[in-house]
Amino acid sequence: MSTPDDKTKGVSAETGGEEAVASFKGVDEKEQGEGPGGFIVLFFIIGFVASLIIGWVIFPKLLYSQKRQPVDFNHVLHVETVDNGCESCHIFREDGSYAGVPKLAQCADCHQEVQGDSPQEKIFVEEYVAKEKEVPWLVYSKQPDCVFFSHTVHVKLAGMDCVTCHGPIGESTSLKPYEENRLTGYSRDIWGKSMTGIKKNSWDRMKMDDCAECHEKETGRKSSVQTDKDACFVCHK
Amino acid sequence: MKEEQSKEKVKKFGMVIDLDKCTGCGACMVACMAENNVPFKEDESKKLDSITWLRIYKLTNGKSFPDADICYLPRPCQHCGGKGDHGHSPCVSVCPATATDYNKETGIVSQIYTRCFGCRYCMAACPYHARYFNWWDPVWPDGMEKYLSPNVSVRMRGVVEKCSFCFHRYQLAMDKAYYEGRREIEETEYQTACTQSCPANAIAFGDLNNSGHAVYELKKDKNAFRLLERLQTNPKVYYLSSREWVRRAGDNYLKDEKK
Ligand code: SF4
Ligand code: SF4
Repeated sequence: MSTPDDKTKGVSAETGGEEAVASFKGVDEKEQGEGPGGFIVLFFIIGFVASLIIGWVIFPKLLYSQKRQPVDFNHVLHVETVDNGCESCHIFREDGSYAGVPKLAQCADCHQEVQGDSPQEKIFVEEYVAKEKEVPWLVYSKQPDCVFFSHTVHVKLAGMDCVTCHGPIGESTSLKPYEENRLTGYSRDIWGKSMTGIKKNSWDRMKMDDCAECHEKETGRKSSVQTDKDACFVCHK
Repeated sequence: MKEEQSKEKVKKFGMVIDLDKCTGCGACMVACMAENNVPFKEDESKKLDSITWLRIYKLTNGKSFPDADICYLPRPCQHCGGKGDHGHSPCVSVCPATATDYNKETGIVSQIYTRCFGCRYCMAACPYHARYFNWWDPVWPDGMEKYLSPNVSVRMRGVVEKCSFCFHRYQLAMDKAYYEGRREIEETEYQTACTQSCPANAIAFGDLNNSGHAVYELKKDKNAFRLLERLQTNPKVYYLSSREWVRRAGDNYLKDEKK
């Protein structure tokens, strides 16, 4: 009858004994100085720093491939010669849709022949205008297929500035490299440059949360039953 | 006062389908599939697998000649307002992923494919079988990708899809209005693909809250009814039929029950 009890008692006594020995050893080590403990800390720090470097520096480099635009476009030069700012080339159509990057025909209006001495213009005229081939521009702000974005609402109705979302691209003399996420195929401008997700300018990132944040602040609409924010079928299609 | 004004502006898009006019030709189903990039299968008769945002059901009165009668009933998503019309439709209430949502400004129940993780709770909740699951990735016949509409995103395997009342058409119509400096659209500017394709003019679509729209009066017709009204799902699709047995078929009545 009393055997099981005895056994458990015996076991607990044994483990207790081991614990005591272990803790005694620990005390011993500390007394003997920083020896193996110091190594462990050092290895931890080295490993920690290494994984931080891999995660924050090397991985983003590997994740994004860099592509150059087919023609290096000078925005400053063009903005100086047109009268209607961005909308001179990035036009709205009469049905309220937005044309985005101009088509070749629009550029060819002026660039039937080489006008200046820029080598980039020469490439453009010879390779594209002469051959009547559309330029395969890489669009930095291209959103996934499930996104409905209306330029008309933001620019015509809300009177927003292009800079708010696109940054001072009109002040650039050359086009930056297009960084493409190797996994998703989306532009880096969607996720943003900073891996930490810290945003300094309104145009640093173009993720759903960034749209939602501004919508909450500016429209204050609460038409969604699920989220009590702006409805899903506003920016989705 | 302010609240009254904002209440007036709230839209409630809905449909009135005249079953006396519907011939069951299926033009609306075809138009819907083309408009919304709905994938089709080699064997469309396999109903566990096929996807039809708008489906036509054939009702029969169960009698034999000469009293036999049939009726065709097109069934889109009913865009249920839920009990008390607060937007808690059956599907919206159960979705754990916030993938389906009720828009209080238009009354439209949205489905966000990229958000849905395919648990299919909503399919179980929907009393109208309006929701469909993508068991497979869509396969388009060679070259047909070029015919897909860019206004509706295509779906992938593992998500649920359903009728959106051609919401993209509303978005585009509003864009045009904003461009022209208007803040509202006319009835004709936003019409669903099925409405426009119906050769019998059986489907009317518009804002149920707007007295200027055809559906406003039509829904008050003495022959108007909604499907499974007793569940209090508050559908925004009304049906008209002059035939008593059809109106009764809209709900599950007991044999001896008086309506
Ligand atoms: S008909 Fe079904 S899918 Fe449509 S709103 Fe009602 S419950 Fe949801
Ligand atoms: S299947 Fe998708 S939409 Fe339906 S309840 Fe699940 S997550 Fe929500």
